[in-house]
Amino acid sequence: MSTLTPEKIIELEETARLLRVDSLRLIHRRGAGHPGGALSAAEIMAVLFFHALRIDPARPDWEARDRFILSKGHSSAVYYAALTRRGYFPAAELETWGEPDCPHQGHPDRLKTPGVDMTSGLLGHGVALGSGLALAARLSELSYRTWVLLGDGESQGGIVWEGAMTAAKYRLAGLTAILDYNNVQLDGPVHQVMPLEPLADKWLACGWHVLEVNGHSVRELAEAFDLAGQVHDRPTVILARTTKGRGVSFMENQSYWHGNVPGAEQLRQALTELGEVDHG
Amino acid sequence: MAELAMREAYGRALAEYGGRDLRVVALDVDTSASTLSSYFAARFPERFFNVGIAEPCMVDVAAGLALGGYLPFINGFASILSLRALEQIRTCLCYARTNVKIAASYAGISDFKDGATHYSITDLANVRALPEMTVIVPADAEEAAAWVPIVAEHDGPVYLRISRAGALPVYQAGETLQIGRGRCLRPGGDLTLVATGAMVGRCAAAAGQLSALGIDARLLEIHTLKPLDRDLLLQATEETGALVTAEEHNIIGGLGSAVAETLSAGRPAPLERVGIQDRFCPTGRDLDRLMDVCGLSVAEIVAAAKRVLERKDR
Repeated sequence: MSTLTPEKIIELEETARLLRVDSLRLIHRRGAGHPGGALSAAEIMAVLFFHALRIDPARPDWEARDRFILSKGHSSAVYYAALTRRGYFPAAELETWGEPDCPHQGHPDRLKTPGVDMTSGLLGHGVALGSGLALAARLSELSYRTWVLLGDGESQGGIVWEGAMTAAKYRLAGLTAILDYNNVQLDGPVHQVMPLEPLADKWLACGWHVLEVNGHSVRELAEAFDLAGQVHDRPTVILARTTKGRGVSFMENQSYWHGNVPGAEQLRQALTELGEVDHG
Repeated sequence: MAELAMREAYGRALAEYGGRDLRVVALDVDTSASTLSSYFAARFPERFFNVGIAEPCMVDVAAGLALGGYLPFINGFASILSLRALEQIRTCLCYARTNVKIAASYAGISDFKDGATHYSITDLANVRALPEMTVIVPADAEEAAAWVPIVAEHDGPVYLRISRAGALPVYQAGETLQIGRGRCLRPGGDLTLVATGAMVGRCAAAAGQLSALGIDARLLEIHTLKPLDRDLLLQATEETGALVTAEEHNIIGGLGSAVAETLSAGRPAPLERVGIQDRFCPTGRDLDRLMDVCGLSVAEIVAAAKRVLERKDR
């Protein structure tokens, strides 16, 4: 198993920090978006897009590329931040994000944003979609992996488990789901809105290989992604324990920041906490 | 009924087409023995996926297969596909423009033994309202089979409405079918019967009865509900001045509505709509009699023709 070098760990942690900064700036400028779940997923997205995914930004349609589906499509800000920093399209294109003439939509649109493998927005689709892609990989004898980033709240919907059963039935080892388990959703704490626990047991019962990690540790995430690739008879789900609003003290664990937009002063404070010296 | 069931013809055609195009995959939801995707499953087990009784999941798995380069035909009951799985169809097939074909079986009231839960009398309204969707309603078994390769070779999501049963035959093998182009099956100048699905054969019978009364009815088959053949409809309106639509569907949202929308924006003319009159239908012992009971009889078409002619003359 490959382990991250200390230099790579520092690099990925810095990337995650930048993805947080970018996300908040994007949401602030647009006056709309979902900061809480963007901040919780920053390390997951950094390790995926800057370490684990076999992708080539110069060839977004490369047949053998790994596929990624942002099932929690409302975290589009951190997705767009990762895609622009990875070189899929210029960050300048997001200056008009939210305007009707901006190609990049509020939620990811595969037909409009290079690097987006599948359109998403309404919750629940990722595991079933990913199962189809993993089946296609097997049928076409291509070795790409399919990665799905799920929210915890969306796991309350039945179609997630329909997809989970399908992936288990067909032993889709090429499918890896990562659950951004920040435990806060729009209306409050997940355990109050609709408890999910014991969540690992649920996935195990569905026939999945289950890993649990600290979702803010780039090292643990990278190791889990490697481990998932070494299991050949089952799909893997990685329950990544995260903090909603991670890195911004007044946003952490607050359901208010699921979908509210920081004002100018709040943005300034948030960027300071995230280590941005120049707030320009 | 002596006619070949539409699902039987579809199932055989899909299996046959699957041998010609290796990209074709079929999915079902524990209904392959009913939809007759079982023919495909028997010939190509490695390209057949049964996801259990989970229609929304089937749509999404199919979308994933399409993203991976395959050509999925999804099979299930029209009632569930067009209602429970409608969000998946809208988001992952239409909005995301994935190349998935929906074979919506047991459509209309063709599942006559099972009743209103299983009937699909709003599916055309549901899927017709979706941008990017193409909606095809074959008139009989032979035609259902003929649509399979055409639908497969069309780029984009298609809703292909399949009856559990047969229908009065109207389509001859080899006749040209083209998406978006209706067919004139009988000339006539007094009024136009506009029909889709199993009602095409019934309208042909009605046209015969009207002819015996000295009424010369034109018959148009509108197999493509979307995109609708506007030119053919407006020409018929211009030349006959009165129309009757007929569909095995609620009169809200289906063919009658589509024709009314076209006429009101183009050339308004008296229109009568034969169909299910916005109600839930009972179970039946046989489909022919159930269709009669549900307002889809030949006599109903004839009566509608007489009514529309009275309005035309006023």
